[in-house]
Amino acid sequence: MLVSLTGAVESGLLYALMALGVYITFRILDFPDLTVDGSFTTGAAIGTVMTIGGTPPWLAVICAFIGGALAGTCTGLLHTKGKINGLLSGIIMMIALYSINLRILGKPNVSLRGEDNVFDNASIIVIGLILAIIVKVALDMFFKTNIGLSLRATGDNSRMIRSFGANTDMTTIIGVALSNALVACSGALIAHSQNGANNSMGIGMIVIGLASVIIGEAIFGAKTIFRATLAVVLGAIIYRIIYALALRVEWLDAQDMKLITAVIIICALVVPTIRSTVNSKLTAKRRTEEVLASIHAKNGGGR
Amino acid sequence: MLKIEKVSKLFNPGTVDEKIALMDANLYLKPGDFVTVIGSNGAGKSTLMNIISGVMKPDAGKIFIDGNDVSQVSEYQRSQWIGRVFQDPMAGTAPRMTIEENLAIAYKRGRPRGFSLGVTGKTRKIFREELQRLGIGLENRMGAKVGLLSGGERQALSLLMATFTRPQILLLDEHTAALDPARAELVTTLTENIVRELKLTTLMVTHNMEQAIRLGNRLIMMDKGKIILQFDEDRKKDLTVEQLLGEFEQISGKKMADDRVVLG
Repeated sequence: MLVSLTGAVESGLLYALMALGVYITFRILDFPDLTVDGSFTTGAAIGTVMTIGGTPPWLAVICAFIGGALAGTCTGLLHTKGKINGLLSGIIMMIALYSINLRILGKPNVSLRGEDNVFDNASIIVIGLILAIIVKVALDMFFKTNIGLSLRATGDNSRMIRSFGANTDMTTIIGVALSNALVACSGALIAHSQNGANNSMGIGMIVIGLASVIIGEAIFGAKTIFRATLAVVLGAIIYRIIYALALRVEWLDAQDMKLITAVIIICALVVPTIRSTVNSKLTAKRRTEEVLASIHAKNGGGR
Repeated sequence: MLKIEKVSKLFNPGTVDEKIALMDANLYLKPGDFVTVIGSNGAGKSTLMNIISGVMKPDAGKIFIDGNDVSQVSEYQRSQWIGRVFQDPMAGTAPRMTIEENLAIAYKRGRPRGFSLGVTGKTRKIFREELQRLGIGLENRMGAKVGLLSGGERQALSLLMATFTRPQILLLDEHTAALDPARAELVTTLTENIVRELKLTTLMVTHNMEQAIRLGNRLIMMDKGKIILQFDEDRKKDLTVEQLLGEFEQISGKKMADDRVVLG
């Protein structure tokens, strides 16, 4: 039990980078970017193949970061310059990356056993924690800079930020590129922690990222950027813990996880909506009764 | 400062819904001019604003700002010269960002945005002083999300954000129309003061006839995509709402048709 919990926290920390990437597109830019499914594997492929080729593991991870940024730039260009619907641009890139990833890997499964590894000199939990904190703090800082502010405003009110002279095409591309860079970086780290990459490891990644964002925000709140990024990191860890716990349920299988993830997201999205609808109905009812009562009281007084 | 030369714009060209939005419109604003624009529904007032700000490109004609031909310059590049307040109080500010963050965005109008912090001790001091000029206490709530402000407060903030970097041209597109009378009056007074203090060259669309006469030094009237009447400073001084409506009927041959018109 304890072992699986530690494992959950470890991979949660590594997946947190991916979740932060999804947070940038999904929440900050308000752009549902499905490139993630492809770019995660791209990162894993670059990180694995380059390490096998003799590149120092850290450099391979940095190259994965750059590769993800390139993939994100393509999606951003398709959406802003090609005027393709945001969802569709992501899907197109995801499919394109599937082939590209196979090209990079050379075969569907590539093992890292016996090769250098990012986690050779320190445990996953230490490196994961340090990386998650660095990226979280760096993002907090970035979103306070002038370019970061214009990126946030692009997702919040693009008409307004254009009227103040920011090129929203550019801010969108920067945001999507940064997002996919983090996703790819996370992919490379996961590949190293699992001692290998395969061509389908990114499938469903966008949903896992979304689940992490939504779970984190639901539990820890997202009032400020600082709180929101913290919530996303913790959300990623909690998701992995739920995953580990679900696997311990006897009649559930590893293959059921995607379904469980979908159910978690549906609950996280639907429950708050239902709650606020019910609340507003109750408030309206209560207020109507109060107003009616006060009118009756007045009429009674006049008699 | 602003010159519009024979500008035309068609909506849905070549279809059955083709509509003349602007036809051969000419306008010249001297530095410091404050021009109010009135006209019936579909007269082309908003199109005029959109053409000047670069949201739309003219089908024919040219636009000059400060002597430069900007007809094909994109909206975000033009905004280094143009400040704009929209009719919708929600349109001019970013709701999920704080007041000071919104001001930081406006402060960087037309300048490159890099990796320096948007809100620093120095800029915060500038923002506080600017907010104090509004006189509605926003200087004490600089860390509050703009989405929490009322429509009137948001519009006052939009006005400040559009003006405090002193753009060459200020465009006001019925910016008081969506507010209740008291708030509209406040924003109108603020507009008057800011435009006078900063000597901004201003073009203001309004439905309020009385406001159109009271504010600014010139008045133009539009109908069917054309500027049909211009009142210069001397003629505008003694203008009344009755005269204005009379002139309109005489020239266009119909009554001023506008479901939202306010006679004042």
